[in-house]
Amino acid sequence: MAHVTTGERKSIFSLFNFIALIVLGVGIYLTYLRFAGGLGAVTNLSDYNPWGIWISFDLLCGVALAAGGYVTSSAVYLFGMKKYHSAVRPAILTGFLGYALVFLAINYDVGRPWRLPYPLVVQQGTTSVLFEVGLCVATYLTVLFIEFSPAAMEWLGLKRARNLVVKLTILLTIFGVVLSTMHQSSLGALFLIVPSKLHPLWYSSYIPIYFFVTSIVAGLSMVIFESTLSHRFFAHKMDETHLKEANGVTLGFGKAASYVLAGYFAIKVLGISSGNLWHYLKTGYGTWYLVELLGFVALPSLLYAIGVRVKSLTLIKWTSVLAVLGVILNRFNVCLIAFNWHLPASERYFPHWMEIGISVFIVMIGLILYRFIVTRMPILYEHSDYKDAH
Amino acid sequence: MDPIFYTLQDFMTYTEGVTYLLVIATLAGMTVFWWFLTGKDKD
Repeated sequence: MAHVTTGERKSIFSLFNFIALIVLGVGIYLTYLRFAGGLGAVTNLSDYNPWGIWISFDLLCGVALAAGGYVTSSAVYLFGMKKYHSAVRPAILTGFLGYALVFLAINYDVGRPWRLPYPLVVQQGTTSVLFEVGLCVATYLTVLFIEFSPAAMEWLGLKRARNLVVKLTILLTIFGVVLSTMHQSSLGALFLIVPSKLHPLWYSSYIPIYFFVTSIVAGLSMVIFESTLSHRFFAHKMDETHLKEANGVTLGFGKAASYVLAGYFAIKVLGISSGNLWHYLKTGYGTWYLVELLGFVALPSLLYAIGVRVKSLTLIKWTSVLAVLGVILNRFNVCLIAFNWHLPASERYFPHWMEIGISVFIVMIGLILYRFIVTRMPILYEHSDYKDAH
Repeated sequence: MDPIFYTLQDFMTYTEGVTYLLVIATLAGMTVFWWFLTGKDKD
């Protein structure tokens, strides 16, 4: 069987471990500077630009790219697409780690992180979109933890607890879809309050819908991308079922991503039309908008479609990288590049290297946790005690 | 040349008119794209 270890242990002196050690060392030092000296010690944030790279990348991109969990589990458990079953656990794991790291990152970003539970237990602020986002993300992180827990329980040999949690699968999936629909769109709705600060090409009353649709694209593309990396580095951990279903997952998810991207392209063009924003396309920001719309929405949609038609897995896998970059670019554009667009260059925000360092540190923690879990728990294979238990 | 609007009525008539035409084009385009995407499934 593919996942049975051969008894050989890899040396701990690998290139990945060396890089990880450096990143963790620098990250821990930067963490000390952040919490000892405050936000001003490590960031370029200001009253004009209170949301920097920790919000645009760690939070907005983190939440969008972790959408593979609800997309895959709803496809398999709600729409009955059992042929994608082997993709569920890796997607749930990626989603769980993604949201856990979002929670970690927000502790760096808010001025007084010990007050994070306040909206839940002290003062609700139910009229705030941010309250809804916070409540949904906290609840969904709990749901993802429970969805992920059967793999850990199988590893730990907790058979009865595992069987109990598995019975809740449909309920948890429904929770996941509802909560994701709410907060993925609400992250976009946060920007409804800044019509004068966000460039008109990116500002729209439909921005919650844009964010939600792009989260589906991000989820589908991340499953393909993550599956590609897993095949590259953890193929020895995969069982026959996983290896057999992998091509079908890539083709099926590529097809879905292609059509959703096409729909997203259409509603973006309709958004320009309904606001009569055509004249902005002739400006510098308009050119940049067209780069995003044509290069990172229309092009991946077409490449996915061609890849699916000619059954080119390589093309689909490379296109997933382009689509993921497109979602990241969109979140950067909304939160940073097109935000405060009317301010002079001297007042614009550019992240401090220490902000980028902490973001890299958080991503590295995710990679280490992913590797730790995948090499120990039944994520890429079915545990021998639970074969055909689905 | 960009159109000049004197009233909100002018603006809404123009933008909604263009948008409705684009909606029709989108519906047709998405159908054709679906055929393109799934065209070889039966082979």
